[in-house]
Amino acid sequence: MDTQLFLGIFTNEDDVVNATRATNSAGYTIHDVYTPYAVHGLEKAMGLKPSRLTWACLAFAAAGLLLGVFAQFWIGSIDWPLNVGGKPFNSLPAYLPVIFELTVLIGGLGVVFTMLVRAKLYPGKAVWLPDAGVTNDRFVIALVQKDASFDSGAVRHLWEEFNLIEAKSLAEVPC
Amino acid sequence: MSTHYSKLRKPIIEGDKSLGQITDDVARTIERGPTRLWWFAFMLSFSVMVVGIVAVSYQIKVGIGTWGLNKTVGWAFDITNFVFWVGIGHAGTLISAILFLFRQRWRTSINRSAEAMTVFAVICAGIFPIIHMGRPWLFFWIAPYPNFRGPLWVNFRSPLLWDFFAISTYFTISLVFWYIGLVPDLATMRDRAKSKIKKAIYRVTSLGWNGSARTWNRYETVYVLLAAFATPLVLSVHSIVSMDFATSVIPGWHTTIFPPYFVAGAIFSGFAMVLTLMIIARKVLNYQEYITLDHIEKMCKVILATGGIVGLAYATEMFMAWYSVNEFERFAFINRALGPFAWAYWIMVSCNVIIPQLLWVKKLRRSIAFVFLMSIVINIGMWFERFVIIVTSIHRDFLPSSWAMYKPSLIEIATLLGSFGLFFSAFLLFARFVPFIAIGEVKGVLGYGRNKKANSKAVQNSERELEAVEV
Repeated sequence: MDTQLFLGIFTNEDDVVNATRATNSAGYTIHDVYTPYAVHGLEKAMGLKPSRLTWACLAFAAAGLLLGVFAQFWIGSIDWPLNVGGKPFNSLPAYLPVIFELTVLIGGLGVVFTMLVRAKLYPGKAVWLPDAGVTNDRFVIALVQKDASFDSGAVRHLWEEFNLIEAKSLAEVPC
Repeated sequence: MSTHYSKLRKPIIEGDKSLGQITDDVARTIERGPTRLWWFAFMLSFSVMVVGIVAVSYQIKVGIGTWGLNKTVGWAFDITNFVFWVGIGHAGTLISAILFLFRQRWRTSINRSAEAMTVFAVICAGIFPIIHMGRPWLFFWIAPYPNFRGPLWVNFRSPLLWDFFAISTYFTISLVFWYIGLVPDLATMRDRAKSKIKKAIYRVTSLGWNGSARTWNRYETVYVLLAAFATPLVLSVHSIVSMDFATSVIPGWHTTIFPPYFVAGAIFSGFAMVLTLMIIARKVLNYQEYITLDHIEKMCKVILATGGIVGLAYATEMFMAWYSVNEFERFAFINRALGPFAWAYWIMVSCNVIIPQLLWVKKLRRSIAFVFLMSIVINIGMWFERFVIIVTSIHRDFLPSSWAMYKPSLIEIATLLGSFGLFFSAFLLFARFVPFIAIGEVKGVLGYGRNKKANSKAVQNSERELEAVEV
């Protein structure tokens, strides 16, 4: 691939958030930012949209709820009506606990699964790190170097204001 | 980091640590290899667990006639242990989910180990109803699946079935929640690992995590969603456990107060167990700067609050027994407090209500030795609470000629001991092989209460520019 990454390494949360914000508003294309922990405010600085995983979660939870409702009514009133203490066959209040548990179980497992698929996380995946310290104490901004007009000097100058540790070009691009 | 700065706020993590130091501190306990103390503790717990395995094998082979049960007392020791262990688990979820939603940042130092405790406690709990079935190899009959017996379905109106759904959902969600929280830390361990085998194990378990902010964004979203699920889930679990009793018509069980009463009691006992474990762990693993005196004091306050609810519930039960003018209800409660099991009742009241009042004293809340002792006292008291509720309500039933007493057999006691052995063996393995403190989360609160702003001129400049833009 032609695309190259231009990396800036920082050691402080505030620095990386501010540098990202400045880089983003200067119009550069941010490939990604790598941090050792969840940095709050970074998603805004990067201009990321809120995750749509909440909708996936809602869909899975609704599926679990419907499964709970239909399975119990079908089993209790249609497939094998069972007389328990003369109660009606379709007694919703008694069905609520299982409906609730299925909602939580399928909603929770579903959203985790969706997240793993969406973020392409799976056991045994080849690890690509922009810098060896990124899971320890380094924060890395990775920019997309699109063409020859990309001015690495200007970016470096912009980042230096935020205590840049190191800036480098990287040929390989993660899949 | 700077956003949390205020002179009134005390840093959560003591000692002026850098991010790298946190990684080192937490990883060190895993990388240094097992200590002699660890081997001693593990061997001890493992032997106790073996005692339990022998006892369980014996009672499965011979049958539950080996227990001290009789015609009148059909539920006793086994179900007591079940409710006790499920209750222990609740503190882990409270810390990881409810305190997360309430933005209690101090939870970060203890949530990993408390969640591990939850998972192990629920495993211990699950064993008891399964062996109580007498034929545990037919355990799967409780699951509703199409079968060749009709298909004959399970009874969805039975709280015992709700319990099966509640406990298995709770276990699954707790395990997933715990593992998802663990992934970034496993990646940290992977990037530090020197030996090939360790690196390979961490590489598989960390799912290729590389700290990408896009992934962090999704991860945080899922974390909030799981916390939002786990919060009502944890309340539902012990509510449903309490309905095993409350939906029956036994005086002493048949009360509407049971769900909130059980949930409060579960959190109360769970926090006591968290304190027992944390006070030992912070000393042995040298985490005093992470699990600080402030953490212990805060947990004591939770204990004080939930203990108050439990005390109120005891009083309300007594009041309702009198106020209901139901002679069976009255008898059950008079028998509970003054009958042949009065000793158990008063152990329960003193351990859960009277002695914990000492925690109102700040000096005692901050005394490690005292809090440790208190946590043991509460664990004992809460075990007795379940025993009192279960046994005193049924040992004198509606027909005086069938009144009976209950005494646990050695097999039952060995089973309880064995469950403690299993719990501590699992917890020791966890402390040995998994980052005990959530490295990633603790790093996120490192700046809390610290002024790092002054160090960075560029930050001040950029913030000034931003303000100018906003104006």
